[in-house]
Amino acid sequence: MASQEILREEPSRGSFVNDPKVRSLFFQAVVVVLLVAGVWWIAQNVIANLTRLHIASGFGFLKGRAGFDISESAIAYSSDSTYGRAIVVGLINTIIVAVVGIITATIIGFIIGIGRLSQNWLIRKICTVYVEVFRNIPPLLVIFFWYSGVLAVLPPPRDSINLPFSSFLNQRGFYFPRAVWGDGSWLIFVALLVGIAMAWFVARKAHQRQMATGQQFPVFWTSAALIVGLPLLAYALSGFPLSFDYPKQSTFNLTGGFQVSPEFLSLYLALSCYTAAFIAEIVRAGIRGVSKGQTEAAAALGLRSGSILRLVVVPQAMRIVIPPLTSQYLNLTKNSSLAIAIGYPDLTATAGTVLNQTGQAVEGVLIMMAVYLILSLVTSAVMNVVNARMALVER
Amino acid sequence: MKHIAIGILGAATLGVMASSASASTLDDVKAKGFIQCGVSTGLAGFSAPDDKGDWQGIDADFCRAVAAAVFGDASKVKFTPLSAKERFTALQSGEIDILSRNTTWTINRDTALGLNFIGVTYYDGQGFMINAKKLPGVNSALQLSGAAVCVQSGTTTELNLADYFKSNKMEYNPVVFEKLEEVNAAYDAGRCDVYTTDQSGLYGIRLTLAAPADHVVLPEIISKEPLGPAVRQGDDQWYHIVKWTYFALLQAEELGITKANVEEMKASDSPEIKRVLGQEADTKIGTDLGVSNDWVVNIVKAVGNYGELFERNVGSGSPLKIARGINALWTKGGLQYAPPIR
Repeated sequence: MASQEILREEPSRGSFVNDPKVRSLFFQAVVVVLLVAGVWWIAQNVIANLTRLHIASGFGFLKGRAGFDISESAIAYSSDSTYGRAIVVGLINTIIVAVVGIITATIIGFIIGIGRLSQNWLIRKICTVYVEVFRNIPPLLVIFFWYSGVLAVLPPPRDSINLPFSSFLNQRGFYFPRAVWGDGSWLIFVALLVGIAMAWFVARKAHQRQMATGQQFPVFWTSAALIVGLPLLAYALSGFPLSFDYPKQSTFNLTGGFQVSPEFLSLYLALSCYTAAFIAEIVRAGIRGVSKGQTEAAAALGLRSGSILRLVVVPQAMRIVIPPLTSQYLNLTKNSSLAIAIGYPDLTATAGTVLNQTGQAVEGVLIMMAVYLILSLVTSAVMNVVNARMALVER
Repeated sequence: MKHIAIGILGAATLGVMASSASASTLDDVKAKGFIQCGVSTGLAGFSAPDDKGDWQGIDADFCRAVAAAVFGDASKVKFTPLSAKERFTALQSGEIDILSRNTTWTINRDTALGLNFIGVTYYDGQGFMINAKKLPGVNSALQLSGAAVCVQSGTTTELNLADYFKSNKMEYNPVVFEKLEEVNAAYDAGRCDVYTTDQSGLYGIRLTLAAPADHVVLPEIISKEPLGPAVRQGDDQWYHIVKWTYFALLQAEELGITKANVEEMKASDSPEIKRVLGQEADTKIGTDLGVSNDWVVNIVKAVGNYGELFERNVGSGSPLKIARGINALWTKGGLQYAPPIR
C-alpha cells in the first residue's frame, strides 16, 4: 500500500520526503501493514500448531451436546442442550448479576456518597468507614466474606430461618413464594403500564403548569396512586387471578417457590458493596465539584436544603459523575468473572467447562474475550448516551 | 519515528512468542534435567503433598518411576498441581511432560484433545457419598432425587452425573466448583447433600472431612473410570518410555521383584528376570527404548513394583485401606496385565 503511494508521488520527490503529512501517512501505513501481518502470522501459527498436535479446531463444537448440567439458568437448558447454549446460559447469568449489581451499587453509592457530606457527625463517620473498608479490600475477599463468612454459616434446610411472607433463609439460599399468574392477569400488567404512562403525563403537565403559573401540584402522591391503584383495581376486576407457589420442605431441600442461590447472593452482595465504595467517592467528588455559590444562590431563592440538592446540586454534579461512573460499571461487569471462585455459573465458568470438555482452549478463550468486550462496549455506549443528555448545553 | 519503534517492538515480541518449536520430549527433559509432572491439587492416595511438602500417592510415584527410568534418579521430578480444568491445556501447551493426575481415559481425550493415554494405573468407578447422620434413611443412590450434588467442573464425573440422574428420571441441583478443595469445603459445610467423584477419591476425601465417621459411600458405581497418565501426541519415543515404565512396574510385581530384593534378583537364574532387569549379555531393550539397560532396576529401586506402590499409597499401608479388587494382577483375577518385556 505504502510503496504504491510513494511511486505515484515520484515527481515531487524533493519536497515530498520532507512533507510531514506524507511522512505521517507513510509511517501509519507501515504500522498497519506490520500489525495485519503480525495477526495473520499468529493465526497461521496457531492453526499449524493445533494441526501438528492433533487437537481439534474450529467452532463446530458449539453445536455438540453439552452433557453437563448448570445449576441456575434463566432460559431452558438441560444436559441435552448444545455447548453453544451452555455458553449463552452463562452469558445471561453474567448479565443478570451485572445489571442488578450495577443498580444496587449505584443506589448504595449515592446514599453513602451524599452521607459523607452530611452535617451529622455520626452519619459522616459511618459512611467514611464504609468507603475505607470496602475500597481497600480485594473484591475476591469480599466475595469469600459473604459466601463463607455469612451465608455458609446459616442453618441447614431443615432448620431454615422463617422470614415474613413465607420466605426462608438457609445455607442453600433464600426462598420466597413465587407468583403464579392465572387467566386474565394480563389486565394487571396493562393497568400497570397505563398507570406509569398516566403518571408521566401528569408529571409533565404539572411541570408545565408550575413553569407557567408557579402553582405546584402533588405529583408524587398522584403518581403513586395511579401506579399502585390501577393494577389493584384491575386485579379486583379480573377476579383475583394471582396465586402463590410457596416453598415447602422435602427430603433434601426446600422445593417450590423462587430460590436465590447463595452463590448468586454472595456475588451480588459482594460486587454491590465493593463497587458502591468507589461510586460513593465519585459522587462525593461530583457534589464537591459544584461551586458553593450555586448552593448559596439557591438558598437565597428560598429553596429548602432537600430541594437545593435535588434541583440544583445533583444535576450539575451528574456531569462530573457520569464519565467515571461508566468505568466503575465496566469494572463491576468484569469483576463478576470472580464468580468462578464460589461456583456461580457465569460466562467464565460455563465457557471454561465447555473449553475443558471439548479441549478447544483457543476458541473458548476467544469467545470469552469477544463477549466481555462486547458487553463492555455496550455498557460504554449506553453511558455515553446518558452523558450526552446530561452534558452542559452551551449557548 | 515513534510509530515505527512500536511496530518493530510488537513484531519482535510476537517472534519470540512463536519460536517455541518443540524437539523430542526426551531431549527436552534431559536438557532441563528433570521431568515436569502434572498432578492434582491434592487427592489423598493419588497425589497430595505430605507434611514435609513432598508429593505422595500413586500418581506422584508414577512420575518418580519415569524419572528413575530416564535419569536413574527418582528425585528428578518437579510437580505442577493442576485443577481439572487446567490439566489438558497444561499438557497440550508443553507446560508439563506427563499428566499423571487421576484422569479418566476416554476416546474424546485420545482424539480431539490430542492426548495419548499410556494405560490404566487405577481402575475406578464413580460413586456417591452422603452424610448418614443428616440423611438417615438414604442407602441407595436411587433415593437421591431432589438432592443438591457437589461436583468438580470439567470432569467426566460431571457428565456421568447428568447421565445417571437423567436415565433414572431423577432431579438434582448441581453445585459446581473448579477446585477440589472448594468442593470439599462446600460439602463439609453442608452446601450440598451428596458428593460425587471416583470412589477411590471419595474414600480419600472422607478422611479430610471434619467428622469422617458420619459419612458413608453409597454402594452404586455408576461409571467406568479407568485412570491413567497421559502424554502429548506426536512423540512416540516419549509415549513408549512412559507406557513401558507402567508395564515394567506390573512385570516386576508379576516376577516377584521388589524394592528389597531387586539387587539379589539381578543374579537370578531365571532368564526372564535377567532379561527384564537388563542383565542379559548384549541386551538392547533399554537402549532401544531410549533409556539405560538397567532402567527396570532403577524403577523398582526407586518406587517398588506396582503392588508395593498400590499398598503403600492407597492399600493396606495407607489410611485409605482400599482392597486391590480389579486392580490386582491378571494372575490373581484382576485387570492389570503387562505385555512381555522382550
